[in-house]
Amino acid sequence: MTLKKFAVTFALGSLVLLGVGATTLMAQSHVNSPDPLLGTPSVASETSQIGGVTGHAADGKFLYRRFCIGCHGPDGNGQGMNAQWIDPKPRDFTEATFKCRSTPTGTLPLDQDLYDAITRGFVTTNMPSWRPLNPQQRADLVAFIKTWSPRWAKEKPGASLNIPPETPITIESILHGRELFQKLECWKCHGPEGHADGPSAATLTDSKGNPIQPFNFSTGDRFMCGDTNRDLYRIFMTGLDGSPMPSFADVIQPNDAWDLVHFLRTLQTALPNQELTLWQAYKAAHGKDLKPIGPDSAGGAQ
Amino acid sequence: MKLKFFAALGLAVTMGSAIVVFATPPAGTGTITGKVTYTGTPPKMKPIDMSKEPTCAKQHTTPVMTENVATGPGNTLQWVVVFISAGDDNPTAPTQAVKYEQKGCEYLPHVLPMQAGQQLQIFNDDQTSHNIHPLAKTNQEWNKSQPPGSPPIDTKWDKPEFIPVKCNIHPWMHGYFVVLKTSHYAVTGGDGSFTITGLPPGKYTVTAWQEQYNSKSQDVTITGSETKTANFVFTATPY
Repeated sequence: MTLKKFAVTFALGSLVLLGVGATTLMAQSHVNSPDPLLGTPSVASETSQIGGVTGHAADGKFLYRRFCIGCHGPDGNGQGMNAQWIDPKPRDFTEATFKCRSTPTGTLPLDQDLYDAITRGFVTTNMPSWRPLNPQQRADLVAFIKTWSPRWAKEKPGASLNIPPETPITIESILHGRELFQKLECWKCHGPEGHADGPSAATLTDSKGNPIQPFNFSTGDRFMCGDTNRDLYRIFMTGLDGSPMPSFADVIQPNDAWDLVHFLRTLQTALPNQELTLWQAYKAAHGKDLKPIGPDSAGGAQ
Repeated sequence: MKLKFFAALGLAVTMGSAIVVFATPPAGTGTITGKVTYTGTPPKMKPIDMSKEPTCAKQHTTPVMTENVATGPGNTLQWVVVFISAGDDNPTAPTQAVKYEQKGCEYLPHVLPMQAGQQLQIFNDDQTSHNIHPLAKTNQEWNKSQPPGSPPIDTKWDKPEFIPVKCNIHPWMHGYFVVLKTSHYAVTGGDGSFTITGLPPGKYTVTAWQEQYNSKSQDVTITGSETKTANFVFTATPY
């Protein structure tokens, strides 16, 4: 009897041990498999073209796993492990909606736009500059990001915005820009002085319903999509898709757009600039005649 | 003559009759008509404070109410889109454009049905700038400014979708673009009634969609020049 019992116990014990071993092995192979964490992109492969550099999704995939997955997530939907702690939220690549574009609202950005975004990073957010990666690596990442949405395979990016040469910075230009700031209701969100405290500011949400703040010009922060006057021109012309910031490309003429750029610079009181110097001198002399920006100003909607 | 027309129009509006949309020339003679009602407790619609936009506030003598659950006497529901969701094989969009107005800081109409591929024109009749921000998911979202005096925005939607529309400058402005596969649809009026006309004989699925309570469907068979009744009852919740 004892022999039989021993045999049975031994057999059972071996089985259990085998089972544990197999599980450990499986876990091991899981860790060593090429893509333990990545989900399945909607398109198998994509390329990107940044000047003379061609990016490949297959190479970008490994970089994404190394550098991007924590926030943008294994499925590219912006729901990585860190996302819950981050505000504004990481981009959801499955929607293929991007803020910083040179293309019209509602269209895909250029490869170059995505490359510039990765290179620049987004100040005032958790997205750092990825300049430490070499241009080939950044181009590869652009290619891989495009695999998360089928739109890239079906649609072409919109036509890049044509930005004419900047007009001279004059007080007339600034004053006209100020009128536009009132008329186009910029102040409703950005505030009469650009302090991000307009009457609608507190109600703003992004397209996913998360609260979002308008840009506060007075802090002197760089703009999210570049910090030159040309960048500022492009930002309000193409709009920031997925956010409350609309596109003005169909309603502002190029000269007027430059006037608005010149006025917006005067709101950056913490950032010394040419426009601000000109404006402060004008205000010192004529400040009393200026109608304040706001609901009761005659300079607005008549 | 003109006066008579306006009098008739006024009468029609006060009676709260259903808005019937003839999107294409009727290909058939069948009709589906009915009423949309609710059981339960719907949320109370609230008056909108437009004091921050004086040019709009002065256009309204009585406060404009929110419209996400617009009810009428006898538990009826307004702004419900009733459409043929199956059995209507007519993929060609009508050439006539549908119109969407921003007037008095309101969207007119609050819910605008149209066919996929149909031209959509958006007007700003106000003395203030609006931004039109359709929050599309299946189609591509966009966001455009439209200052006073701008030409209408000409656009269209390619895929069927219920698209919420908002103005970020005036946060109380909410509406819907309802993009459908069919050209046979109607929106319920103030009395909750609707009429879909021009249906050829066939087996149809009729769907009623309300922005807060989603969809309800039922099958209706049209055999000729007849009028069938299809009523819908939604369960209302106060939030």
